[in-house]
Amino acid sequence: MEPIIVLWANVRAEWVKLRSVRSTLWALAITIGITVGLSALFCSTRVARWDRMGRGAQLIFEPIGFSLNGMFLSQLAIGVLGVLVMTSEYGTGQIRATFAATPTRGTVLLAKMKVFFLASLVVGEISSFAAFFLGQAILSSKSSASITDPGALRAVLGGGLYLAGIGVFGLGLGVILRRTAGAIAVLVASVMILPQLVELLPSPWNDDISKYLPSPAGQTLFHITSARPSLSTGVGLLVFLAYPLGACLLGWALLRTRDA
Amino acid sequence: MIETTELTKRYGDKLAVDHLTMSIPSGQVTGFLGPNGAGKSTTMRMILDLDSPTSGSAKVNGRRYRDIRFPLHEVGSLLEAKSVHPARTARGHLQWLADSNRIPRKRVDEVLELVGLSAVAKKRAGGFSLGMGQRLGIAAAMLGDPQTLLLDEPVNGLDPEGIVWVRSFLRSLAAEGRTVLVSSHLMSEMALTADHLIVIGAGRLISQGSVADVVAGSSSSHVLVRTPDVSRLMAVLTAEGAEVSTDVDHALRIRKVSIERIGQLAADNAVILHELSPQAASLEQAFMELTHDSGEYQTELKPPPPPSTTSDGGSN
Repeated sequence: MEPIIVLWANVRAEWVKLRSVRSTLWALAITIGITVGLSALFCSTRVARWDRMGRGAQLIFEPIGFSLNGMFLSQLAIGVLGVLVMTSEYGTGQIRATFAATPTRGTVLLAKMKVFFLASLVVGEISSFAAFFLGQAILSSKSSASITDPGALRAVLGGGLYLAGIGVFGLGLGVILRRTAGAIAVLVASVMILPQLVELLPSPWNDDISKYLPSPAGQTLFHITSARPSLSTGVGLLVFLAYPLGACLLGWALLRTRDA
Repeated sequence: MIETTELTKRYGDKLAVDHLTMSIPSGQVTGFLGPNGAGKSTTMRMILDLDSPTSGSAKVNGRRYRDIRFPLHEVGSLLEAKSVHPARTARGHLQWLADSNRIPRKRVDEVLELVGLSAVAKKRAGGFSLGMGQRLGIAAAMLGDPQTLLLDEPVNGLDPEGIVWVRSFLRSLAAEGRTVLVSSHLMSEMALTADHLIVIGAGRLISQGSVADVVAGSSSSHVLVRTPDVSRLMAVLTAEGAEVSTDVDHALRIRKVSIERIGQLAADNAVILHELSPQAASLEQAFMELTHDSGEYQTELKPPPPPSTTSDGGSN
C-alpha cells in the first residue's frame, strides 16, 4: 500500500519536527503546569472558603470536574501549539521544503494530525490525571472524589481528550489561516470569547446556541454535572470533535489548491 | 530531463510566466537566466508542484512531480527563500527531511560533511550566516543523492568565498553527469558554470541554446574591419545586406555578414584591409540586449551602446 508507506514516513518526519524545536517542549510543559497549578489553586481556595459556603452549595459541589477546571486556561497553551505546528512552517518558509519532500499535501496534514493528536493526548492525560489526584488530595478534608467513583475515570480521561481536541482544532485553524496571529485570534475567540458573547443573547437562544460551542460541548467530557443546560456526554463528544475535524477538513480542501 | 509545456502562471492581471515551453537537457548544467521578476522562481516552484500553473504543465523525467513517491531521491531543490525553521539544528532539519523520504539517517552526516557543516551540525539554523544557510539548503537538496537538481539563485548574497564554493560545487555536479537547472540574474556566473542557457524575460522564453549560441546570436557580436578605403567597402557591404557602422580610426563594425564573406568581398573589390577580426559579445552584453525590453522595472539607464555609430545616427 503505497500511500500508507508515505504516510508512515511522514509520521516519523513530523515526530522529529515536533520534538526538535524547544518551544514545543515548553508549550507542552506549560499545558501540564497550568492544568495542575490551577487545580491546586482552585481546590485550596475552595477548602479555605468551605465553612463559609452555604449548606446547599456544599451539597451540590462536584469535586471531579472542579479539579479539572484549569483546562479552561491550559487549552490555550495546547491550542496555540497546534496553531504553530502549521503556521511556523508558513512563517519560516519551511512549508516549501515540506511539500517539495512530500507533494501529496493531504498525507502531510494527516501525518501532522496523527502525531500532534497523540502527543497532545499524552500530555492532556498527564495533565488531567495529575490535576485530578492533586485536587482530590487537597479537597480530601472537605469533599473529595476517588477515581473509582462513578463517572470519575471517564471524566478524567475525557479531560485529556478535551485538551488534545483543542490542540488539533488549533492545528486545523493554522492550516486554514496560515498566519499565527490570525489563527490564535480565531482560537481564542471561539473557545473563550464566543461563549461570553452568546451569553448576552436573549433566553432561550443563549442556552440553545451556547451548548453547541466547542468549550461547552467539550466540557461534557470532563464535567459530571452542569449548572447550565448542556448536551449529553455522547452528543457533546460528537459536537466537540466536529470542530477539530471540520477545521482540518476545510484546511485540507484549501491546501490542495493553493500555492505553497 | 525537465520539460515544461505552455506553462503559464497568472497573478491577478499580471502574467508571471507566459506560455513557457522549454526542455532542460539531462546530464548538463543549464543556466536559467533572467532579470529579477522574470518568472524564474515561479517557474521552478511550478516544476516542484509548489505553485499550481494557471495552464500548461511541467514534467520531471516524464512525470508530474506530485506523482513521484519519494521525490527527494529523484529531484533535489534549493529555493530562493530560506526554507528552514530557525529554531531547529542543522542536523534536525536534515533528519526530518530524510525521514519523510525514507533516506537512511547516516546520509545526514554524509551531506553535512559534503557541504562542510559537520562542525555546526548541532547549532540552530537561525544563527547561520547567509553562506551557511545556503550550504544547509544544498545539503538538503543532496540528501536523496538525486540525479536532478533545481537551484534557485544559489550564489545570491554570498561572499566571494561562498560564491567560489558554490561554483566549484556546481562543476562537480556536472562532472558527475547530473542534470542541474540553476537560476541566476548574474551572467558572469553562468558563463563560468553553465553548458546550456535558457533566457527568459517577463515570463517569456527569449533564447535557449548553448552558451556559445546565445552569445553568437547577440547583435553585439560583430566583425571589426579597418581599412583606408572606408567608403568603398561600405558601399560593397551595404549592397550585400550588411549592417555597418563606422568607428573612429577607419574602423567598421559589421553585422549580418560572415567574416569569410567580408574577406572575399574585400579581395574581389581590391579593398586593402588592415584588420579583419571577430568581436564576440560577452555573455553580459548578450543578456542585457536580450532582456532589455522585458525587465519588470525599467529605468532610464540603458545598456552601453556600441561606440559612436553613424548608421543609427546616435540621435537617441
